[in-house]
Amino acid sequence: MLLAEQALNGLQYGMMLFLMAAGLTLVFGVMGLINLAHGSLYMLGAYACAWVAAATGSFALGLAASLAAAAAAGAVVEVAVIRRLYARDHLEQVLATFALILVFSEGTRWVFGSFPLYLTLPGALSGAVTLPGGLQYPLFRLAIIATGAAVALGLWLLIGRTRLGIRIRAGEADREMVAALGVDIARLYTMVFALGAALAGLAGALVGTIQSVQVGMGEPVLILAFVVIVIGGIGSIKGAFVAALLVGLTDALGKALLPSLFARVMEASAANGIGAALGSMLIYILMAAVLIWRPEGLYGARA
Amino acid sequence: MGRVRRMRQAAIVNAAVFALLVAVALAAHVLGAPYVVTLATKAAIFAMAGVGLNLALGYGGMVSFGHAAFFGIGGYVTGIFASHAAAGTPVLTLPFTVAGSAEMLGIWPMVMVVTALAAMVIGALSLRTTGVYFIMVTLAFAQMVYYFAISWRAYGGEDGLSFYVRNSFPGLNTFAPIQFFAIAAALLALAMGFVALVTRSRFGLALQAARANPQRVMASGIRPFALRLTAFVLSAVIVGLAGSLYADLNRFVSPAMLSWHMSGEIMVFVILGGVGRLAGPVAGAGVFILLEQVLGGVSDYWQALLGLLLLAIVLYAPGGILGLLPGGRRHV
Repeated sequence: MLLAEQALNGLQYGMMLFLMAAGLTLVFGVMGLINLAHGSLYMLGAYACAWVAAATGSFALGLAASLAAAAAAGAVVEVAVIRRLYARDHLEQVLATFALILVFSEGTRWVFGSFPLYLTLPGALSGAVTLPGGLQYPLFRLAIIATGAAVALGLWLLIGRTRLGIRIRAGEADREMVAALGVDIARLYTMVFALGAALAGLAGALVGTIQSVQVGMGEPVLILAFVVIVIGGIGSIKGAFVAALLVGLTDALGKALLPSLFARVMEASAANGIGAALGSMLIYILMAAVLIWRPEGLYGARA
Repeated sequence: MGRVRRMRQAAIVNAAVFALLVAVALAAHVLGAPYVVTLATKAAIFAMAGVGLNLALGYGGMVSFGHAAFFGIGGYVTGIFASHAAAGTPVLTLPFTVAGSAEMLGIWPMVMVVTALAAMVIGALSLRTTGVYFIMVTLAFAQMVYYFAISWRAYGGEDGLSFYVRNSFPGLNTFAPIQFFAIAAALLALAMGFVALVTRSRFGLALQAARANPQRVMASGIRPFALRLTAFVLSAVIVGLAGSLYADLNRFVSPAMLSWHMSGEIMVFVILGGVGRLAGPVAGAGVFILLEQVLGGVSDYWQALLGLLLLAIVLYAPGGILGLLPGGRRHV
């Protein structure tokens, strides 16, 4: 029973990571850009949702605001800064987007102050449901799982079945050729970046209802999203999906199970300490193992 | 401009940047401003971390986003030895007994050994990857160490570890700001000299060649992996020693020394000053500390201003501060 609950928690965490990782991997795959500021867009989405939901009393409006704010901020940043970085090397991209984090974090602290904001759950989504087997599980976490699955399906359709998706894939393969065929590549890039930003904003808004909304909330998630796309293979949406679930489940189950596993072979307090330490390192160990086995990630075509 | 002349100018700039740092500390000491001496010490320590990272990043082309791991490991080794020395307990009993130490000369070799071992493991695994994977993998390894430190209760966990007495150095009073500065500046000078020697050696030339054109280096029968791993380990040891000094400066270590913000900042010192320039990190760290003091006085949100400045440098002056001076941009 505990195991099933932890597995669901892991699934929910994995779906949230997927929302983050999808944007990152898309931007890297299409534009070849490593974007540290992705976590700032996540934070921005959470703040927009919390602020609009508090002002209007409607969570749905808040969600819409998080999508719109993150997409708009993404588009502005792409045009103002990111666009100049595509031709630069990764070091300069890391640095410039690290600088963007500083600007976003301090800017947010300036506007909203250092105190965390809280989002209240809409009535329709609060409370728990009884799952088959008698497990009580929060409805909202199930909603996050469903949202993640829907986004994954939507992205699969978008990339695989639409004209925009064809252009995105073509842009990934050969930028010059696509431009020569008359596609406005600059606009395409802005759209892809804004799409990734919107997904990050959505993730931020959803997580904001479980945790508090505060400056710096995006950074731990950003690093996990990096782990996810490294495991999945950079540029692969499918890889991001599989790896996100893998990381989510490993983290939740590892943290829940390791202390009790260690307690079988040693005294309780030491087992708790070592179990907790190993539990929080487990996903990085997973990543190291995957990279030893396949340096280009599970579904990566190129390193 | 001839190559010899450019190299001579670069050497003058290197010496001038270092001399400026020493001059600031001495002037502050004479004028009775110990706080400024401590700031200069901090700049020297950060500069040393930058010099270390520069060996991997600037000369070896390995964009490590995880050097805070070595900075923090150096700090933790120092804190652990010092706190055991204070408590009179051994650091290790198995497989052999290791006593604590409050002597810098006793602690530094331990710092070098432990960071070298950590760098060998992290480097050997990370160097299986290249490009953006390498950046993220080094970041992830640093996070692994960070989370380990947070959950390691024996040495303070999330709260960090304080030790009340700065470690000693024979013949010096390490509590006098100017004398501690002298230690930091001397180690910085040694690190710069070491990197200068390494980069001029056959090894260093092969390393730089492997950055510029790995295929050609392989074709001449040299494995880039061994070169890179060696450079990575040397770079980590320098950063670890800087971390040890930083722990002594604050008499405190915490997981913050291991955080990815720290990795980013060490990288900023390098880029701000100039990648692959010997004195680049020194200029970068000095300017960083200066900005922190000046902008910090202007606004509590000084990091936003720092971010904008950094953005401007990356976009419009990719050679960093020293790239604007005679000696020009790095000759690649």
